[in-house]
Amino acid sequence: MVTPDSNCFNCPAHNSANLVKLGIDMSNFDYVVALAGNPNTGKSTVFNALTGLKQHTGNWPGKTVGRAEGAFQFGDKRYKIVDLPGTYSLLSTSTDEEIARDFILFGQPDVTIIVVDASRLERNLNLALQVLEITDRAVLCLNLIDEAKRHHIQVDDRLLSKNLGIPVIPTAARQNVGIQDLLKNIHAVATGEYICKPYRMRSEIKNVSHAVEDLNKELEAKFPNLANTRWIALRLLEGDQRVIDAVRSGEIGNLTPVETENS
Amino acid sequence: MNDVEEIIQKANKYRWEIGENLHDAILESIYTDAARIADKTVTRQGGKQKFDWDRWIDKLVTGRWTGFPIMFLLLVIVFWLTISGANVPSAMIASLLVDTIHPLLKDGANFLHFPWWLSGVLIDGAYLALAWVISVMLPPMAIFFPLFTLLEDFGYLPRVAFNMDNLYRRVGAHGKQALTMSMGFGCNAAGVIAARIIDSPRERIIAIITNNFSLCNGRWPTQILIATIFIGGAVPSFLAGVTSAAAVMIVAVLGVLFSLIVSWALSRSVLKGEASAFSLELPPYRPPRFLQTLYTSLIDRTIMVLWRAVVFAAPAGVAIWLVANVTINNVSIAEYFINWTDPYAMILGLNGVIILAYIIAIPANEIVIPTVLMLTVLTTKATGLGAGAGVMFEMESVNDTAALLHAGGWSVLTGINLMLFSLLHNPCSTTIYTIYKETKSMKWTLISTFLPIVMGIVLCFFVAQFWQLFA
Repeated sequence: MVTPDSNCFNCPAHNSANLVKLGIDMSNFDYVVALAGNPNTGKSTVFNALTGLKQHTGNWPGKTVGRAEGAFQFGDKRYKIVDLPGTYSLLSTSTDEEIARDFILFGQPDVTIIVVDASRLERNLNLALQVLEITDRAVLCLNLIDEAKRHHIQVDDRLLSKNLGIPVIPTAARQNVGIQDLLKNIHAVATGEYICKPYRMRSEIKNVSHAVEDLNKELEAKFPNLANTRWIALRLLEGDQRVIDAVRSGEIGNLTPVETENS
Repeated sequence: MNDVEEIIQKANKYRWEIGENLHDAILESIYTDAARIADKTVTRQGGKQKFDWDRWIDKLVTGRWTGFPIMFLLLVIVFWLTISGANVPSAMIASLLVDTIHPLLKDGANFLHFPWWLSGVLIDGAYLALAWVISVMLPPMAIFFPLFTLLEDFGYLPRVAFNMDNLYRRVGAHGKQALTMSMGFGCNAAGVIAARIIDSPRERIIAIITNNFSLCNGRWPTQILIATIFIGGAVPSFLAGVTSAAAVMIVAVLGVLFSLIVSWALSRSVLKGEASAFSLELPPYRPPRFLQTLYTSLIDRTIMVLWRAVVFAAPAGVAIWLVANVTINNVSIAEYFINWTDPYAMILGLNGVIILAYIIAIPANEIVIPTVLMLTVLTTKATGLGAGAGVMFEMESVNDTAALLHAGGWSVLTGINLMLFSLLHNPCSTTIYTIYKETKSMKWTLISTFLPIVMGIVLCFFVAQFWQLFA
């Protein structure tokens, strides 16, 4: 959460003056931002808060079909933002999960915002951890903190940030609380000011460590630029056809980290 | 590329050794990690377990015995508020647009020496159609949509889906169809698009075909007006409002029943298959944000739907004026058609006016009632109403409308069958186009279009025969 910002940049007045909601004007963007999360955590509300668009929001899961796109400008950078359908996991058991997974893996967003419901953190972290297996650059949007407070639930956002290795920002998007902070951190991750050290799975997966390690080693040797070889290895073991095809065609190898592009 | 192939082969070999439970093992490891992190960072304050409102409300609204009655009650309340709240502003808008502005426009046209047919087509046709659609549709929509959106924002829709899920699954359709059906109550085209949330193509097509059985907002005014005249008029006046609201609710529930029956028939015949399982999370209740809901439902839904109606109403107004004023041997085209279809329509308990009105109103259901009224005036040669032949008009009160319809030979049967036919007829042109875009199939588009008409004709026929037998 600590970023080497100038005092000006930290000042809320400066920042709100700096957010330009571009709606659907998506020309010449500098960064692509993906919005992932469980159903009904307020992704579309965050999307609206950032873009000024009026995606219909509703209190029921599965409301966003397909994906919506919009844009905003913060500082001197233009961002394109993609609202992915809400899913509980990325293990591609349904079309929704596949759309979300494919975009995060192959669409290579510069930043993935993971929107979670603060009052249901444990369940929501399942998806967050899977996103962090795939991508290095993410921001956790700890949404609905007002509701969590109402239910007397407190989340230690600093400790969570330390554990996950990515910025964690408490927000109440419906009331526009924390959106400035969220923007600042998206900016920091996109520009490389904040280097994420994403949490990677630690718990042993029964009976397969040997196979995973073996494949992992081979994949690392073949695709030295790839950051998520362990995850790819698991997908291969599970027989995920889309990933197998991508490995076979070499598409996977082109998914190099984008850090070098930014000064 | 060879070493890549080797890696894949190796993975395939390992997969055989590991067996089938890898997926579960991965999930287990994710869950363990997530639980550990959540455990460290989340604290719950105070042991005092406050009364859990969410659980209490859920028990009530999804309860086995209470779920459906509460659903019906909410529907009646929403309709009643819409019916009783919309009358006054409707009359005000109508008196402004029709009684005040229309004569001014006519005078203006005369002053500019418009030929009679031009001022007829533009002012008595297009303008009056617009004025009627706005005055009849805007007030109910401005009440209905915010109420519906408030319920949605509160979190009630998933509970409806939860209640209905079992029914839809039993007829071989997807439980999420309950959600697309609810969207259809606003607009069928929106409901058809919402069917994208259903993954299985088979169940999605069922949801698309049956969406038309949800009364859309273009049909609410027809239902409400006819119910007020023929059902509300048959009971003591202090019960009229509630009875009409209940009648409208019965037609709406009948629509849901038809959607279940048709889903059942489709999934047993041309769209055979098992219902697929899905998980539905009941989201927490959230206090709705009144002002924001009001704003977005007015801008996003009300204005958008109204705009569509306006776009379709203007050309339809022109068409109505033309069929009523273009004459062959001094008899208008409309009269020819009405006299020709009347005998057939009578068998269905309808009349030729209604048939012609529905043909003219294919682009938008909203203009059925104004067309019916205009054509009735024409055929009964009623005088002193409206502004002359072929002019759509707004009458001073529901009583005038009732008197006119009775004079045109309407009975309670005509009213009931018009309500049924309004429920069971082809979708509007926008919905038909949307169905084609979503299914990319001419076959399903045609089935979705004609199935409801056939059902409507059959149902009206039987109702009319039974009615004439016993009444």
